[in-house]
Parts: sequence; structure tokens; C-alpha cells
Amino acid sequence: MNDTLRPDLAVIANHIPTGSRVLDVGCGEGELMAVLSHGDKVDVRGIEIDPEEVERAVSRGLSVMQGDANRDLAAYPDDAFDYAVLSQTLQTAERPDLMLDELLRIGRKAFVSFPNFAHWRMRWALVTTGRMPVTRHLPVTWYETQNIHHVTVNDFREMLRKKGVAIERSWFFSGQHEISARCSNWRAEYAVYLLSR
Amino acid sequence: MCSSYARAHSLMQWQLTARYTYPKSPHPMATVNAPSTHTLVLPHSLALDGGQELDRVELAHETYGTLNADGSNAILVCHALTGDQHLASPHPITGKPGWWDRMVGPGKPIDTDRFFVVCANVIGSCLGSTGPASIAPDGRPYGMRFPVITIRDMVRAQVALLDALGIGRLHAVIGGSMGGMQALSLAANFPDRAERVLAIATTARHSAQNIAYHEVGRQAIMADPAWQGGEYYGTGQTPDKGLAVARMAAHITYLSEAGLTGKFGRQLQDREAKSFGFDADFQVESYLRHQGLSFTDRFDANSYLYITRATDYFDLAEEHGGRLVDAFAASQARFCIVSFDTDWLYPTAESRNIVHALNATAARVSFVELSAPYGHDSFLLDVPALDRVVKGFIQG
Repeated sequence: MNDTLRPDLAVIANHIPTGSRVLDVGCGEGELMAVLSHGDKVDVRGIEIDPEEVERAVSRGLSVMQGDANRDLAAYPDDAFDYAVLSQTLQTAERPDLMLDELLRIGRKAFVSFPNFAHWRMRWALVTTGRMPVTRHLPVTWYETQNIHHVTVNDFREMLRKKGVAIERSWFFSGQHEISARCSNWRAEYAVYLLSR
Repeated sequence: MCSSYARAHSLMQWQLTARYTYPKSPHPMATVNAPSTHTLVLPHSLALDGGQELDRVELAHETYGTLNADGSNAILVCHALTGDQHLASPHPITGKPGWWDRMVGPGKPIDTDRFFVVCANVIGSCLGSTGPASIAPDGRPYGMRFPVITIRDMVRAQVALLDALGIGRLHAVIGGSMGGMQALSLAANFPDRAERVLAIATTARHSAQNIAYHEVGRQAIMADPAWQGGEYYGTGQTPDKGLAVARMAAHITYLSEAGLTGKFGRQLQDREAKSFGFDADFQVESYLRHQGLSFTDRFDANSYLYITRATDYFDLAEEHGGRLVDAFAASQARFCIVSFDTDWLYPTAESRNIVHALNATAARVSFVELSAPYGHDSFLLDVPALDRVVKGFIQG
């Protein structure tokens, strides 16, 4: 059912059980939400900062609010959701660590996916050209990018360790393909983590 | 304004409110689904927030489409301050298309092929529902004896209409501006009556600035000698000058500064140079005077006092112990809140206030600030993104 979804979103969609309450933070036009809410099996809402993407999501009948996740998550009560989802958005947060705190306050568990800045292609580009890498997964120049906090798999794990956040599961991807966890800080272009308090 | 005109106008108000006979529309075929206005007399008196009761309440309303067998396809549309039940049918006085003709009809975002759409004139108004110009039980118009009403009182009347129409639970309640206040009030006070709540360009409470503008309008009406303490019915005089000024002031708040500048700038009206006098030298003056004057053709000054008062008293949090969150605590509805970036009457911050309260109850809420150049009036005008949002929300 998730063939058309981005691989990290497909992993998330496949691991959210029926009957869950889900908040998709940075939901865009609601690609993941549309899959999750199919058949009303999952109660899913979204937050998105871009008004045009919000308009398109609401026009699809999805419950999406225009808002800034850096601030507006504070309005939600504790444990409002079974899962909070943050896909490819962590690196755009003003304070990724505080956003993670919020995700795990309003959601009992959180899915977080992010591009791995330590992927070998990044390292190779930086070493050989001496310039900020522009790759298929991070295609925007340094001055235009919304990614203000580049992060690596190892950095992310270190933050989780310091915060005492439990890793329930993790998935790693290169291109469209899932890869093993071996040397993931070198090999993974992006990662998905399922976290709990 | 000449006195014969004033008399004719006054007479027209009498006819409208006393006998509900409408002038024949000059454009009877303007829409394919032009229904006639029906009037419901409520079977019971209406208990009001002010402590009084209103007997024999009449509610002028129109319906579009067909109610399905289980009564599940009904949508209530609530009109704004000076709106009426002519949602998608020509206005009987002005002959203009219904105020939301672009939104409501067969195949339109609120699709009358699919939904049974109800729109009622609010109590306190003057387009067929009981208001200050209506005849009181003693045979004379209420005038200022009419009780001060609230948004919740308007909603109580709307709910009584739903009861009479056999509608238990609405598919959706929808409104812009004061209509949005009614939609929110219905969600808060009658949480079982609507599955979806769509509130556009509105607020959960009137701000000091909102109240201030309304007070300017009310004072303009009451300063007009023709107002006569509100007892002008049948005197041959109506406070048209005061009402026109009230409308002029209010009309400015419905537009954006950029919109006014774009439309009129500093352009002069039918002249090459300034007159060094106090005629309408500027186009914007001429426009506002026209807006004010034409408003007096269709609206009763006392109704304007009462309805602006109702919106000023509106504070959904105050009604629910001071916390807006508590207003929505019992609601299971899906909400959609829409604001416009150029609306400075009910700016986006007011919508966010509502959205945050809804988030705190973990309600299913959508919120979008749409970009449109028309200021507060954007909800009535050509904003295709609003069409898509309305359609998507009520069908989702």
C-alpha cells in the first residue's frame, strides 16, 4: 500500500498500528497522513509551516494546521498522541534537542528521520572539493538550505544517550533501498529511528 | 436624504418585518436553485443570556438541496453581521446574487446536489427574523424594548430551527466573521449538534479595537436626530445618516489598506483638481458614501445596534469559566479555522488563539492562513484557495 511513499515514510507507515493517534510534524502536503488515514484506521493530524502545502493538505480532507513546530507544539497536552512523527525535519529545527523533548512529551513514541551528514559521499565531497556538499539527498546550496543543524547518525545517537531516550528500532537507507545497520554512519544517506521515553 | 425616500424606506422596513412580503426580485432566474424564504415561528419562547425571554420568535430561512433519509447531510451556514438568509438566491431588495452564491450551489464547494444547506436570518436582524423592528405582542414595534441578545442567543434560535427541520446532527456548521462566531458558539454550547465546524475570518472574542469600531457606528446612529431614541418606526424618519456613517466606518475595517490603495489611491472623483471644499473630492470618499447610503436601503438602524452589541459581548472563554480550552472540552467535532493574511479586523492571531485552545483539547483541527488581498471581506470574495479548503474540509 505504500509503494509510492518515500522509503522513510513507508517504514513509518508500516509500523504504526491501526487505531493509533498520530501527529505528523512538518507533514508537507500530507503524503504520509493520506496513507495512514486511509480507511480511517489511524487518527492522524499534521503541522506544516508552509501555507500552500497546508492548503493542499486541508483540501485533501486532512486535519492539518499551519504552524511553526518550534513554537506550536507547546499547545498540545502531554500524551496527546501515540506517535509523533518528525520526518526529514529535525535538521531544520531551531533547537533539535528541545523539539525531540516536545515530541516525546506529546507522543508516547516518536519516529524521527533525518539525512546523515556523515555519509561517505558527503565526506568525499567535503574532502575533495573543500566545499559544503550538494548531493541528491541534500540538493540545496548552504545559503539556501533550510537545514540549519546538519547531523550525523553518530551525533544523533549521542544526543539520545545524553537525554536517556530509548531507541526502539532503527532503519537505514541508501537511495531508495534499506541497508543494514553496519557502519551506518558511513553508509546511510538517511536514517529512521523509533524512540520512546 | 429626501423625506419621501425616507418614508418609502421606513414603509418597506415595516412591510418586511411585519408581513414578510418581499419585493419581486429583478433577477428571478439569477440562480437555478432560488428558493423562497420560509418563516418558522418557534413553538416555545427563547430564553436569552440577558435573562429575558422572547416570545413568538420568527426565523426567516432558506434551504437548498434535499435532506437525506437519515438527516445526515445537513449543513448550517451562519451569516455575518449584516447578512441574511439569501445565501445563494437573489437578494429581494438589491437584486444582487446571494451573498455566498460563489460557494453554495450545485457542483460548488458546498454542493447542494449532495448537501441540504440551511441559512437563517439571525434574531435581532431585519430581513425576516424577529428583531427590534418586529411587532411586539402589544402591537407596536419593539424598538429599544427589544432585549439585548448575544451570539449564543442567535445560536439557540438556529438550533431550534434545526429541531423543527428534523436535523439532529449537522454534517457541518459553517460561517465567516460573525457567522464564524456562531459556528464556534454552536460547537461549544451544543457539542453534539455538529460533526464539522468551519470558522472563517473570525475570533473567539471581540477585542477592544473591535468594540471601539462598533461603538463609533452605534454613536453615529444614536446621534442622528431621526433615531428618536430608537422609536422611529412609523414616524416617516429613519436615521439613515447615522446608519450610513456607521456603515462607512465599518466598511473600512472590512478592507485592507493595500486594497483601498490599489483600488482608489489618491485618485479624484470626476474632477481634475481638488475643490478646496468638502464634496467627495477623492474616489475613496465617493465610494464610502455610496456604501453607506446603499446600506440604509437594506438595513434597519436598530438592528445594527443590537447585532453589533451581540458581537461585542461575544467572549467564548468568558462563557466557559474564562478558559477557551474549556469551551471546546466536550466537542468531538472536526474543526477547520481559516484566516486571511490581510484581515486586520480579525487577524490571524485571533485564529491561532482558537487553534491553540483546540490543540489543548487534542481536537482534530485544521488551520490555514490564506493569502488574499481583500482584507476581512476575503471570505466573501474570489479566493480559489478558500473554495478548495471548504470543499476538502466538508468532504473529508
